[in-house]
Amino acid sequence: MFEFCADPSTLDTFPWFACYLTNGVHMLFYQSFLTVLTLLAITAPVALAFGFVGAAASRSHILPISWMGKLYTSMVRGVPDIAFFLFFVIALDQALEWVNHQIQCPDWDEPIRQGANFVVCQAAKIPLSSAPQWVHEVYNYFIAVFTFSIVFGAFAANVLFGAMRAVPRAQLETAEAYGMTRRQTFWRILVPQMWIYALPGLSNLWMILIKATPLLFLLGVEDIVYWARELGGSRTSQYAYPHPDWRLWYFLALLVFYLGFTRVSEVVLARITRRLSHGQATAGGDTQRKAAA
Amino acid sequence: MSCWETVQAYAFRSLGYGERLLPRGEISLCEQVTLIGSGMIWNIYFGVLALFFGFFFAVTLAVAKNSHAKWVRKPAEWFIFVFRGSPLFIQFFLAYFALVRLPEEIGTLDISWLTDPFAKAWLGALIVLFLNTAAYAGEIFYGALRSIPKGDLDAADAYGMSGFKRFRRVVYPTMLRLAWPAYTNEAIFLFHATTLVYFSGFPAFRQQGDALYYASYFADRTFNPFVPYPIVAMFFIILTLIVITVFSLINRHLNRHLPAERRARVRYRPNLIR
Repeated sequence: MFEFCADPSTLDTFPWFACYLTNGVHMLFYQSFLTVLTLLAITAPVALAFGFVGAAASRSHILPISWMGKLYTSMVRGVPDIAFFLFFVIALDQALEWVNHQIQCPDWDEPIRQGANFVVCQAAKIPLSSAPQWVHEVYNYFIAVFTFSIVFGAFAANVLFGAMRAVPRAQLETAEAYGMTRRQTFWRILVPQMWIYALPGLSNLWMILIKATPLLFLLGVEDIVYWARELGGSRTSQYAYPHPDWRLWYFLALLVFYLGFTRVSEVVLARITRRLSHGQATAGGDTQRKAAA
Repeated sequence: MSCWETVQAYAFRSLGYGERLLPRGEISLCEQVTLIGSGMIWNIYFGVLALFFGFFFAVTLAVAKNSHAKWVRKPAEWFIFVFRGSPLFIQFFLAYFALVRLPEEIGTLDISWLTDPFAKAWLGALIVLFLNTAAYAGEIFYGALRSIPKGDLDAADAYGMSGFKRFRRVVYPTMLRLAWPAYTNEAIFLFHATTLVYFSGFPAFRQQGDALYYASYFADRTFNPFVPYPIVAMFFIILTLIVITVFSLINRHLNRHLPAERRARVRYRPNLIR
């Protein structure tokens, strides 16, 4: 990065670190923070959408749909989320390849599961084995994002289902008295009012989501944990920047990053809660009204 | 091997007894169930011990955080903030590297005999889980301390109780009663969190791991996730039901003096995961 970095072995402590922390692999390390933020940016809305569909389905009057919704909502109860992460990453991959296999090679007669192997025809491989490396990485990343969305969608469904039940019954009865259909009551009365009840749960979920991001490492994505382990390991004098085992310091940096991130989120979420409580028939809204009067 | 022989060979494999080699090649359902069940011993070990020791520390933390003295309150606040604000996964890694590095750092003095057990999962991970659950439960208990009805405290004052006597007779039982439903969820999620241990730096000594460790071993070997993970799920659902039953019984005991309609029910709320 800097010109004086040509021969790091001659440098003093400060310029040495300036060079060390800006070399190529460290740039990849900094980029992996973007990977994490992208994961959050995609997962949060998608999981919220999944959760909304799940919660709405559990309220359905059509039994099979309500069962599906309830199954999805209760999926995360009792079973560790890490088990779901590990499961979905393989299961989704195999499901996609299986479907693709049925489409691409309809006249394939060998079984797909042969002992310990999962064999689909070459054309059905996702991504194709001839595809460049970055396609594989992007594919893995999106499988991981989708896995996160499914699991956190189930958590969000729990929260939203509770919030829908927390909307005062009288509100819905009034809507029915005005002759609104079920669909109208749902969209015009229930959904606009439920958010304030959902907010504490959703804020909590956001914090949990932030703290779940290091699990990307387990799903085989080159995230910040991967790079911290990689870069922190001791380097012999064969390398340009030899150093002993610094993984402790790298993980300390990650700890500080997460503490800062959750702290900032906490402050922002508290502000949003205050804003949303405005004019609501809840304890928070009532306090604001009294303070203003 | 018949299924009974498999049980004999692998039931305590996670503790290092029985067959040394893990099953390979054609893996039967019985082998998967037995070995994953064997791994559950570790999940229960970590969960029960961390909860037990964590409980006492959590009460201490809650009281400290509620203290007026700054030098008592601040450390408790910081402790809770650090452990609740950062991922458990990172805490495990950090603890592991710290404990591996410590003997090297001191160098001249050989203290590896002292730090070696800490770098192993059975003690190192247990300590991390203990501190972690203490922080989460400490926050729950602190919230409960803050919401003890004013009347209860006034009544204690009227009886002339103060200091430790007031705490033991009035504050502590009420705090526990108010916090118990939330604490039940914390316990459930602590058991779930124990599955992270063997994926976070702490190596599985001679392939003696927990339930999820064996499940992922089988998933890697058979390339079929549809068998081992549902087995883990089944074991954990049973474990969760047991935890809920035990905690509900304690909850009933804590609420025994109240009229039925004022009793808080233990309700599952997934609002606490790391």
